[in-house]
Amino acid sequence: MALDSKIPKGPIADKWTNYKNNINLVNPANKRNIDVIVVGTGLAGGSAAATLAELGYNVKAFCFQDSPRRAHSIAAQGGINAAKNYQGDGDSTYRLFYDTVKGGDYRSREANVYRLAEVSANIIDQCVAQGVPFAREYGGLLDNRSFGGVLVSRTFYAAGQTGQQLLLGAYSAMNRQIGRGKIKMYNRHEMLDVVVVDGKARGIITRNLITGEIERHSAHAVVLGTGGYGNVFFLSTNAMGSNVTAAWKAHKRGAYFANPCYTQIHPTCIPVSGDHQSKLTLMSESLRNDGRIWVPKHMKDVEAIRTGKLKPKDLKEEDRDYYLERRYPAFGNLVPRDVASRAAKERCDAGFGVNATGEAVFLDFAAAIQRYGKETAHVRGLDENDAALVKTLGQEVIKNKYGNLFQMYEKIVDQDPYNTPMMIYPAVHYTMGGIWVDYNLMTTVPGLYCIGEANFSDHGANRLGASALMQGLADGYFVLPYTIGDYLADDIRTGTIPTDSKEFDAAEKDVRDQINHLISNNGTHSVDHFHKKLGKIMWNKVGMARNVQGLTEAIQEIKELRAEFWKDVKVPGTNEEYNEELAKAGRVADFLELGELFAKDALHREESCGGHFREDAVELDGEQKGEAKRDDENFAYVAAWEYKGEPNDAVLHKEDLEFKDIELKQRSYK
Amino acid sequence: MNLTLKIWRQKNANDKGGLVDYKVNDVSPDMSFLEMLDVLNEDLINKGEEPIAFDHDCREGICGMCSLYINGEAHGPDRGVTTCQLHMRMFKDGDTIYIEPFRAAAFPVIKDLVVDRTSMDRIQHAGGFISVNTSGNTIDANAIPINKHDADTAFDAATCIGCGACVASCKNSSAMLFVSAKVSQFALLPQGKIEATDRVLNMVKQMDEEGFGNCTNTGACEVECPKGISLENIARMNREYLKASLKG
Repeated sequence: MALDSKIPKGPIADKWTNYKNNINLVNPANKRNIDVIVVGTGLAGGSAAATLAELGYNVKAFCFQDSPRRAHSIAAQGGINAAKNYQGDGDSTYRLFYDTVKGGDYRSREANVYRLAEVSANIIDQCVAQGVPFAREYGGLLDNRSFGGVLVSRTFYAAGQTGQQLLLGAYSAMNRQIGRGKIKMYNRHEMLDVVVVDGKARGIITRNLITGEIERHSAHAVVLGTGGYGNVFFLSTNAMGSNVTAAWKAHKRGAYFANPCYTQIHPTCIPVSGDHQSKLTLMSESLRNDGRIWVPKHMKDVEAIRTGKLKPKDLKEEDRDYYLERRYPAFGNLVPRDVASRAAKERCDAGFGVNATGEAVFLDFAAAIQRYGKETAHVRGLDENDAALVKTLGQEVIKNKYGNLFQMYEKIVDQDPYNTPMMIYPAVHYTMGGIWVDYNLMTTVPGLYCIGEANFSDHGANRLGASALMQGLADGYFVLPYTIGDYLADDIRTGTIPTDSKEFDAAEKDVRDQINHLISNNGTHSVDHFHKKLGKIMWNKVGMARNVQGLTEAIQEIKELRAEFWKDVKVPGTNEEYNEELAKAGRVADFLELGELFAKDALHREESCGGHFREDAVELDGEQKGEAKRDDENFAYVAAWEYKGEPNDAVLHKEDLEFKDIELKQRSYK
Repeated sequence: MNLTLKIWRQKNANDKGGLVDYKVNDVSPDMSFLEMLDVLNEDLINKGEEPIAFDHDCREGICGMCSLYINGEAHGPDRGVTTCQLHMRMFKDGDTIYIEPFRAAAFPVIKDLVVDRTSMDRIQHAGGFISVNTSGNTIDANAIPINKHDADTAFDAATCIGCGACVASCKNSSAMLFVSAKVSQFALLPQGKIEATDRVLNMVKQMDEEGFGNCTNTGACEVECPKGISLENIARMNREYLKASLKG
């Protein structure tokens, strides 16, 4: 099947408006006869469910957590971008579009990104109307901060808990519709398959996580807002339950999986402390507004710091290497995430890591505390030369901006980041790849939509900070509700989709067979045993720097691990009860397939772009020496994989990326 | 360090349940409390026993999914953190730790340490929102200036994670802190004032119907709240409720 991205014709700035003017609509009376399933209740799924219900569709929403409010969007910290230009610093729809395409290393679809930038301003209006308490200035207007990879201040925020506030906004919109009976909410339900009838997605199979009951749910369209697959690495900043299962089952039913190798390794996370580690914790990118990243210049100081003989705050200024400021003077500490992560790895690989494992760099707030302290003292008419006072005042400002993050750090590391620099290291955070969708956000299965992090479309090979929240809400509030209507207009006479068809029988049987296999396997190792092994392979061979040999080995090793898993995994208990091990086993089974496709995709893409860094594709000389080297001639396309049985048999389909409104050139943050 | 755990085991909602003793050895002080339970569970699975069921997800203190009543305190002995952020350095070698579910009539046990908190969601369905459609056709965000102090206070109330620690800590199993946080968030903002009357009446009505108790101002909820939600919110809700009742 040829990939048709269905991008509307016309100039980029008019595409979305023209599209909306010309699509089919469903009249309000007919919407009452149409059912839509939304899986996942994060920013994308939650906002979509609420909006579709407001429009009049009958929505069934599903989440595996005990409440829609707990979806992992809740943990997003720093902020949400919008081209409001409230700061008058030169921002515009075009500039947000440009920054996003450039930040994504020219591997995203122009038309989708432009639309995202276009609706971004509306998101802020909408959220304020819903009562989302964004940070404000003393004049009562909204405050902004900066994020990586841009030269303007366009990020709206609510302390270090922006995701929480936005998700609770979407949750409140859902609650209104649940109260009205327009959304039927299924908590603690996990989607285990998509049901395709006559070539269209017409329902899902779920497992009730409390009773184990396998259920059939039908609808005229199915929307997946099920998040990313970063947990394929075992250790990531994702929630423990975040998984690829819904997306992977959709893939197995015909949805192409695009660019799986595009993974974001976030530069500022709390380093791993030991083998017991279950997850990693992010320290928001917003901290790079005020924190400076450094390692010691000299090896003797590295050793003194590691052994505790020298306190980092006592190391003289001239003996520190602020390597981001040194290498990238224009963007400094605010280079994009992929660039910052690789630079940290480079320093640590060279032996300058500052903790016992050698895998940490400093993020230092001393300069910001000084700056803010002096400013506050000046404003209040106090003595700017009183060092103790300045420090106290400066710490107060930092606490107001990032208090919750500093507290998290202190609880986890047992050090006070107000008085000693934080130690940070890159960790898996977000996946730009995902289910392939066209301009309508429809997958290659008619009637099956995919929104938010779960799809691939807007961030190319690297996502800019504060853009995930923007995309999730744009898809759910403002894009999908239009595009899905165009499809559903054909379904006004269809009537309720029956669940007693042979397609539902077959899908339910597949689900039951897999569960029975897992329960009765009686192997010798727990699910986590396999998940951790998979994570090690992924991190060591498909992580921040990739090469042909490592990727080839990874493909083989994952394949073997998968075989071992099915032979030897041990799942206690039964299906007919609350059984977290069983739920985990199903998720890890899918990660074991995805992981192989991921490595295969990384092997085939013989270039470096964004989060995908190939050691055999770097600039060898000139000003950009050592930086990632993209190959636009051969790889300016989306790699969409079609399922054919084993992950290794997947067939590649290419969607060529055309850049008409942005010149394709090397990304430079120098 | 080596620890003795006395953990509540309960097969399902109908089972009577009881405390069971477990030993865990070589616990690192850098482990989180839940990672310590992960280690125990791995051990139980390897021995062919059933692992302990407990709720958890983000493990960074924000989703509100984790719970646990540890040595008689919701989220354990540390202040201002959820169980997932509680670290083993708060305990010492040889300690005995009691681990029970959050207990309240409105939180029936599902299994072991997992409880059903959907009663809290139902209170939100009754009024925890501003009735504005998500069409995007609203006024410009900066057309509504909001006093910074009010915005910050609304934000503080809005940081409630809905974990239920307030209910579990209250001798009356009252959900007043939880409900008042949402009522306060909207009462403090101009956008929320329009429906203030209906909101507080409907949410309180639902709260009572779910079987939560009343507030007798002991303040245990505020002490145990991992997010430091202030008792002032309860006072504000009471004022809102009184105003709304007089309006009828």
